[in-house]
Amino acid sequence: MISVKKLDKKFGKNLVLKNVNLTIEPGKVTAIVGPNGSGKTTLIKSILGLVRPTEGIIEVDGKLVGDDYLYRKRIGYMPQMANYPENLTGNEILSLIKSVRNTEKVSAGKILSSLKLESQMDKGFKNLSGGTKQKISVLIAFAFDPEIIILDEPTAGLDPVSSSFFKDLVLMEKEKKKTIILTSHLMNEVQELSDEIVFLMEGEIRYKGTINSLLEDKKETRLERAIAEIMSQDDR
Amino acid sequence: MKLVKKILLYEVHNTIRSRWVIFYTFFFFLVGYALFTFSGEVSKAYISLMNIVLIIIPLISVIFGSIYFYNSREFIEMMLSQPIDRKSLFLGIFLGVAIPLSAGFALGFSIPFLLFGKVTEQLTGFLLLLLLGMLLTFIFIALSFLISVKQDDKSKGLGLAILIWLILAVVYDGIVVMIIYFFQDYPLENTMIILSATNPIDLGRILFLMKFDIAALMGYTGAVFQRFFGSSLGMIISISCLLIWVLLPFVLSSRFFNKKDF
Repeated sequence: MISVKKLDKKFGKNLVLKNVNLTIEPGKVTAIVGPNGSGKTTLIKSILGLVRPTEGIIEVDGKLVGDDYLYRKRIGYMPQMANYPENLTGNEILSLIKSVRNTEKVSAGKILSSLKLESQMDKGFKNLSGGTKQKISVLIAFAFDPEIIILDEPTAGLDPVSSSFFKDLVLMEKEKKKTIILTSHLMNEVQELSDEIVFLMEGEIRYKGTINSLLEDKKETRLERAIAEIMSQDDR
Repeated sequence: MKLVKKILLYEVHNTIRSRWVIFYTFFFFLVGYALFTFSGEVSKAYISLMNIVLIIIPLISVIFGSIYFYNSREFIEMMLSQPIDRKSLFLGIFLGVAIPLSAGFALGFSIPFLLFGKVTEQLTGFLLLLLLGMLLTFIFIALSFLISVKQDDKSKGLGLAILIWLILAVVYDGIVVMIIYFFQDYPLENTMIILSATNPIDLGRILFLMKFDIAALMGYTGAVFQRFFGSSLGMIISISCLLIWVLLPFVLSSRFFNKKDF
């Protein structure tokens, strides 16, 4: 379980997250949605320890996120933008991460073949396209069988075939009761994959609950419309 | 330390495959080769090589270090999401840049000496210049990392890196000359020694000139420097100063890196 308590984050004078209190249940897919600049990525990065909180605490399975870094062994992360050392190859990065994670448990085969990555893994990153780099990020996030998977706008750079395989992959991991957190601007994707939804706006949580209860609450069938309604309520 | 070794191994792989390092090694080889081909005298070649080492190494190191750090930003983010502590990652990346670059210099610099059989002719000079070149690489990469950690904007950071090089390599000497001119009626020996110690390029230059026995050309100040830097204590102090120049920016940037938001 991931719990965020009274989290504030300031960048300079800019308050990006305001008193965020959040519990992310294990074994579920939680989507964090919100307009650009609402603090989604900052929230995710705070859980990963990439961003240091100004106030408040974050716990992953009861352990405080801070100086102890070993909790990240249980996390797989796919960043919004992927970039790797240009003179290294995909295979080299994979074995670097394998050695840093100190594990032999790598299940890359299916992901490699489904994303058609096999032929790309020995090429230097400077010769790979943005989409291929993104696919390698998918591989790194899923290959080490982590209990928690964090995905920041995962399908943004993927082609439709890869994107569809990616969604199957998420659903498969969901079956295995993994804790998955994802951000996305594509509401149909969120509706398809997630159980829970967290709606962030201007650094504050405006809604948290299951997708079904949000739809019932707003008497809508489409998530996009329900979200738009929360936003318009906010404007009033 | 295990983690540092793992990171270092991959960073070194990445750096040595970079065209910069290959070009850099070849550049020092070519300069040395040309100097020995066209000028028979080793001492003349040494003075030219000293000037190249003192100007080119800081410039290339500070630019290469900044570009490398800025280009690694997303990769650093990726690595920090793995079970790794920030200190190990930072040290791994720093050594992964500094070791290949200084090794490239050492290789390119030494081969012409070996080819022309000039190593033993003035062995102290050769070793001192080799050591200076490597120390300056470490110093300016540490400075470039300090700038890059504190300044998120790549173009501002690069501008600042070049500015620092310009100040230390060019402007500083002008300021020193101005101080000598305006305060010529006062005893300036100790001030000069302190002023030199606060600029690694100056420190390197004086250290090398002292060992080369051309301090006499520098008049009275030269005699003072000779007394200070020429002694073994002076030598130990000045090399320690250069080591402090590596450690200080490194420790500072590592601390900033530890607190940085990615």
